[in-house]
Order: sequence, then C-alpha cells, then structure tokens
Amino acid sequence: MGIWVSFFAVIALVVIPWVGAQGAGQYFFGIVIPYLAVLIFIIGFIYRVVQWAKLPVPFKIPTTGGQMKSFSWIKSNPIDNPSSTGGVIARMALEVFAFRSLFRNTRIELRDGPKVDYGSNKWLWVAALAFHYAFLVVFIRHFRLFLEPVPFFVGALESVDGFMEIGLPRLMISGVVLLLAALYLFLRRVSVPQLRYISLAADYFPLFLIIGLATSGILMRYFLRVDITSVKELVIGLVSFHPTIPKGIGVIFFIHLFLISVLIAYFPFSKLMHAGGVFFSPTRNMPNDNRARRHINPWNYPVKVHTYAEYEDDFREKMIEVGLPVEKE
Amino acid sequence: MAKVAPPEELVKVDHTPPKKEWMDMPVELKEGRWCYGSKPKDHEVIGLPNPRAWSPGDEDWKLPENWQEIFLEGMRERLDKFRSFRLFMDICVRCGACADKCHFFIGSGDPKNMPVLRAELLRSVYRGEFTTAGKVLGKLAGGRKLTYDVFKELFYYFFQCTECRRCSLFCPYGIDTAEITIIGRELLNLLGCNIDWITGPVANCYRTGNHLGIQPHAYHSMLEFFCEEIEEITGILPEPSFNRKGAEILFITPSGDVFADPGTFTAMGYLMLFHYLEGMGLDLTWSTYASEGGNFGYFTSHEMAKRLNAKMYAEAKRLGVKWILGGECGHMWRVCNQYMNTFWEPPKNLETPVSPITGTRFENAKDHRMLHICEFTADLIKHGKLNLDPSRNDQYKVTFHDSCNPARGMGFFEEPRYILNNICNEFYDMPINTIREQTFCCGGGSGLNTDEIMDLRMRGGLPRANAVKYVHEKHGVNLLSCICAIDRATLPPMMEYWVPDVEVSGVHELVANALILEGETKRTMNLRAEEFPWVEEEEEEEVEEAAAEVILEAAEEEVEEAIEERAEETTEEAAADSAEEAAEEPVKEAAEEKAEGDK
Repeated sequence: MGIWVSFFAVIALVVIPWVGAQGAGQYFFGIVIPYLAVLIFIIGFIYRVVQWAKLPVPFKIPTTGGQMKSFSWIKSNPIDNPSSTGGVIARMALEVFAFRSLFRNTRIELRDGPKVDYGSNKWLWVAALAFHYAFLVVFIRHFRLFLEPVPFFVGALESVDGFMEIGLPRLMISGVVLLLAALYLFLRRVSVPQLRYISLAADYFPLFLIIGLATSGILMRYFLRVDITSVKELVIGLVSFHPTIPKGIGVIFFIHLFLISVLIAYFPFSKLMHAGGVFFSPTRNMPNDNRARRHINPWNYPVKVHTYAEYEDDFREKMIEVGLPVEKE
Repeated sequence: MAKVAPPEELVKVDHTPPKKEWMDMPVELKEGRWCYGSKPKDHEVIGLPNPRAWSPGDEDWKLPENWQEIFLEGMRERLDKFRSFRLFMDICVRCGACADKCHFFIGSGDPKNMPVLRAELLRSVYRGEFTTAGKVLGKLAGGRKLTYDVFKELFYYFFQCTECRRCSLFCPYGIDTAEITIIGRELLNLLGCNIDWITGPVANCYRTGNHLGIQPHAYHSMLEFFCEEIEEITGILPEPSFNRKGAEILFITPSGDVFADPGTFTAMGYLMLFHYLEGMGLDLTWSTYASEGGNFGYFTSHEMAKRLNAKMYAEAKRLGVKWILGGECGHMWRVCNQYMNTFWEPPKNLETPVSPITGTRFENAKDHRMLHICEFTADLIKHGKLNLDPSRNDQYKVTFHDSCNPARGMGFFEEPRYILNNICNEFYDMPINTIREQTFCCGGGSGLNTDEIMDLRMRGGLPRANAVKYVHEKHGVNLLSCICAIDRATLPPMMEYWVPDVEVSGVHELVANALILEGETKRTMNLRAEEFPWVEEEEEEEVEEAAAEVILEAAEEEVEEAIEERAEETTEEAAADSAEEAAEEPVKEAAEEKAEGDK
C-alpha cells in the first residue's frame, strides 16, 4: 500500500506546479513555496536537533567494535573501540564520511548441512555512498545559481564532474549517479522480500521524490532547456530577499523547484533526519572509558536495596554455625 | 517443555516473509518460544507491580484496568530520560543492514525477529501514539495504536531478543536493539509482565545475595567441597576465606559457577589460582553477601539492575578492600563496565587496582576499581609468574566463544586468547564473521536460558554452533571455552544438539589444569576428575618397569647367595669387591632376559 500511495503522492506533486505555475501562480510556486519550505526546514531541523541535544544521556554505552585499550603489549583498536575524544572523532568521521558500519555488511546464506555462510555484501554500502556523495556534488554545483560571482570551487567541481566531455551542455556524472543510485535503492527495496516487508510509505516517498527531482533536473538541463539566465535571476532574487519572477521560464523549472521545496520541508519530520541524528548516537559518539572516567547520570536517583545488615539478620545463625564472620553476635 | 524437533527438521528455515503486511499479521504465541510468566511471590519480594498468577499462554493476562495509560506514560517518561531511546525511535531508515544479523532470525525465519522489525513493533506505537503524523495518518505513517494484541506481541518479541547487540554493530547509525529491548522490557514490567526465569533469580539475588538462592552456609560448604575435590586431584587443600574484613581484594563471580557443571570446574580453577598466588602475596576474600556477579535485574529494568548491583560496592566498602576482582561472566561485565560506576559512586576505600604479584597498575580501571580475572591472569602470565604445563590440556583442541557482552560492550578479545595460547597447545579460532565483535549469541542470553524455550534456544544457537562445527570438522576441536557463566549453562545442551563431541569450559578451568602447584602430587586427572588419556599408557610403562624391578631384586638375592658361598672360600674383603663386580653383570642380564621374555 505504502508504495502506491507514495508513488501517486509524488505524481501529484509533479502535476500541481505543472498546472499551477502559470501566470500569477508562478509567484506562488517561485517565491512563496520556496521561502516557506526553507523556513520550515530551518526551524524544523533546529527544533529536532535541539530536542535530541536537550535529552539526557544516562549511560555511556558505546558498541565496541574492536579490542579495548588495556595493556601496552596488547594492540588496541582506537577507532572502532575508542578510549579518547580523538578516537571518537575518528570513529564518527569514518561513520559520517565513509559509512564505516555499513561497510561491515555481510549476507548470510543457510545451506544444507546445515551450513551458515557469510558472504561479503557491499552493494548497499556502495550505493549509499554513491547516492549521498552524488547528492552533495549536485548540491554544490547549484551554488552557480545562488552566488555571484560563482566561487572557484564550483567551477573546479564542474570540470571534474563533467570530465567525460559528452554532449552539450556537458554531461554531469553526478546527476546520473544520483538517479541510478536512487533507482537502485528503490529496486532493492521492492526486490528483496524482507526489505519489502519492512518498508513503509515513509521509505518510498523520499525515494520517489528524489527520483522525480533528479529526473526533472536532468530533463531541464539536457532536454527541455530553460533560460538559465532567467533562472539565475529568480534564484539570486530569492537569496538576496528581492524576489522576482522573470518571464519565460519553462514549467519544468517550477516542477523541479516544487519538488525540492517539498523535500526540504518534509526533511525535519522524517527519517531523513538521520543526517542530524547520527551525530547523537550514544553507541557511536562515546568513548569506551567507563572504568577510567566516571559517567554521571543526571537523573540518577536512590533505590531500595537489601543491605548487608538485613542479610545478616536473615542468616546470622546459619552463618555462625559454619564459622562465617558476622557483625553482630 | 515443548519438544524440540531434531536438527535436520529444525534447520528447514524459510526466511521469506508472508505476503500480508506485518501490521496485519495477528500475533501468534508459538509453543517453545515464550517463557513462563513471573510468579506473584517473586513480585512481592522485589516490589514488582501487579503480582498475580498468570501465563503468557492465557487469553487474559490480568492487566490493570488502565494498562494503556501506564504503558504510554512510562514510554513518554523514557522518551524524555534516554536520548538513545528517542533517537532510536526517530532515525531508523529501514535500510535492512541489521536484518540477517540476528541469530534468532537466522534460526527461526520469523520476520519479526529481524532487529529492524523487532524495533518497529515499538516504533509503530511511538508513531501512532506520540507523533502528529502517526496520529493523523495511522498505518500510512507507520503508526498503530497500543492494543492488547500489540502489547502481547511486544512481550513475545522482547523476550526473543538476547540483547547481544550484534545488530547495532552493523547499523549505520548505531541503533542498538538491546537498548530498545531493555526499555521495552521496562515498560512490560510496569504492568507486571516478566518471565519466571528472570524474576525468580532477581528475587533470590535480592534476598540471599545470588540468583540461585544459595544461602551463606550452603555457599560456604559448596566451595569447601570444591576444595576437597581439588585436594583429591592435586593433594593440595586450598583454604579460601569468606566475608573477611581487611582483605586487599574482594572476589565476585556468578553463582552459576558454584552450582552447576561445567561452571564448577571454573570455580575450582579460581580457587587453585588463588591458592597458588597466596604464597606470593595475594590477599583475597570471597563474599556470601555479594555472591553473585551476574545481574538478572538488568533484564528487568535499569532500576532493578542498580538495586542488585548495589551489593558489589557496598560489600567492598564494608570489608574495606582496595579493589574488586570479577570472575568470568558476560552480562556481569556489561553492567560492571558500562553501568556500575554510573549507578554508584565508587567507595572511597577503593583504589586503582594494582596486582600484588606483578605490581602492574591498571590505569584503565582507575575510577571503577574492578578487574576482570582474565586481565589479572594475562598480566601474571606475561610476567612469568605462573608455572604452567600446557601439555596437561593436551586432550583438548580448544576454540573460544566471545560472549556478546564482553565483546560488544567492552572489547575484551585478546586477554582471554593470550591466556589460552599459554595454557593449551592447540587453539583454533572460529571463522572471522562469528567471533570477536561479530560474535554470535549462545541463544540464551538476557535471561532466556530457560528450558521451556529450548526450541528457540536451539534455533538461536545455530550460527554459533555451526561455526563450532566448522572448526570441529576442520581441526578436530573438542572444547569450546568461554568467559561467561550463562554460556557455560547454555552451550552444553546446544553442543549436544548441534555438534555432539564438543565440551564446554571456562578459561580458568584450563588455567588450573595447566597450573603447577607447589608440592602437588603427580596429576593424573583434570579438574573434571577424568583421568588424562595418556595416564593409561604411562601406567602400562610403569607396570613394566615395576616388573623389571621385581626381577632385579630376585636376581640380586640369588647373586648375594652366590657371593656368600664364594666368601666362604676367600677372605671377606676380597670377596666383597669381586662379588660386587660380578654381581652387576649377571643381574642386569637376567633382568633384561626376563623382561624380554615377558613381552
């Protein structure tokens, strides 16, 4: 059910600006919606992050993925089992930039015998990396539209991104990779039975949205060309708070702009918040140094215990009988 | 107890989920996969809510009228008290990396045993009851209401998770199902829904000091009995002390090792090691009050974990010791490593642990002031303080099972391996995907080591057992060693079921087998009082030697008679000289001839 609802929801999100972004409607889709979306994103994102940050961390519970620091003559694993802040930073950096935990992924196969086999399974890791980095590159490339003069690194990135020198305008690899990786993540979700079983509308919706976004972007750049000067005029207007709607921008641009607006407005209230959440994960962002440095639980409270005195009262005679020392004879 | 199907039947596992969506699948409590309900008398001892006779198999679980309110209020409270819980409810993207990492999913194929779905069972309630989207859109937003069936489903699956954290290792955001299960069980406990195998030990531990309810005098006599056993095997009688004030070190170990084989052999190992070190300056006491290292309270709630854990520091303070030495136990070390000095401030009389034998200062334990016995022993071996004869473990080809908790809650991999490599001649690790941080659960952790769920335990044990089978077939491994008392209880039936011919032992049982005590008699048996297989051969040789001696003596007598005869003929002195010379040759010849004749 979730898959179809998400699919038609995204179709609707394409149709709405297609129909609506005509004449005065362009002010709504070109100015009101983007401003609103960015506002929701900023407030929502900050709200979510502050909400997590304010919550107490009662216990220091890192998941240890390697040998702890102990003797000098035993080699420890300072990254997968960090004992210092530096180690934690390295562990988090590997997690955030290289998806270290996903890199561990294996796939089990239960064969006759019985024999449980563990195969290497790096495709999810590859696709996830491709997806996120392609998205990042595409995002940075869009700086060309936001900033005047265009920063040097945008040009540098574009020359790398378009290194294949195919087509006119030059084909940017990142857009294609983004689309293919998103398609892979979608196909994986529907073709692996267990994954299909656990998938919710909330898993398909952002995928369809991003597929729609990438598709509209590619269409706009290579096929249904829009006047790039007018687009830049509009975008610069938005970021400089002097919004204007230049004439003659094709509807495909408004579809693209609407989809990204929906995506960023949806972001703070969805699973996409894993982007901010990963930094707060106590199993990853804490050192395994409990025995050396005491962790304080801010809401630690007294509990009822069974004291030694109560214990001795229960068993005193029996203890004396076998010669165990007691406090009260 | 539900009958367990034979291995060849059990292994026919279908991992394909059903066609129907999981929220539409009614919960079905399968025989052999749920544990007996907690007993009212135990509730009363520890003050758990809703004491009543009940069974998870019943239609009516006798919940209080406002059970939903209690559950949801408890959930709200925990969402505000644990960043982990709120975060893990919020950020899962259902990428599925954890799905096939769970031993229970691998062995049962039940899709709700995929860690992601186990967590979604509660996450769906979170969305349906606490988030706007979930309240408005319901199922479409992945939300559902807390119904009676949902509650039963939560119980059923949170007691099919052993909190082993294997899934959390693979999660790109570090989402830890153990954390969700721990808090999920807290919520179930608010309504008095726990299992007998947990509340029983908790109540026992609270009152008698240990899970098994061994009273002080009995604990004392059991250890004395072990000492007598040791005397029979080694000729040496250790004399441990109990509840002794002023000792330098307090030793705490799980009571399972005092109670049941093969853990008892590990307890004997400790006693022998301590006896060996006494002469070198070890000043250690056992305690009958803090006579439990394990903590089944941890499988009930954080609060109950803290209540039971209290005894460790309290007893260390009362006895005035300098530091605590902890025995081989899995979840005990998860609690001691990650919770103990957060629960409680370490008493002032405790100091940074220093080995009285080697002088090593354990800076890594400077605040919490407790050592793992494997750290302690590894340091002794490294400094050459133990006189070891590894050949006394030659009947074993050994592998090592990393227990989940010291593995993923501590990172304790090399110390036990270092010890094993020094005390036995043949050690083989299992395949890399099944050991160290990727180790598999024994199938009975977190209080699920009870017999009524033997079906579930054998299923959950499949990945571990299969890895043992691999080294058993490849290298002839016949001993699975471990540093966990629950393992020592759960692995033997699992081995018997999946890989017969492989025995289970603690590490310190093997240490003591190899340890040469001063003044010991010649060892002919291991700690299990089983004669070494090579003793018989040696005995045969000895019999032969003895026979030869008898012959020698007889021959000597004959020669002596001859000498006497000759002495009569010559002077005494001259005769004695020549007779000795003459005597040696024929005696030896005679003896050799006879010995050959016997063969």
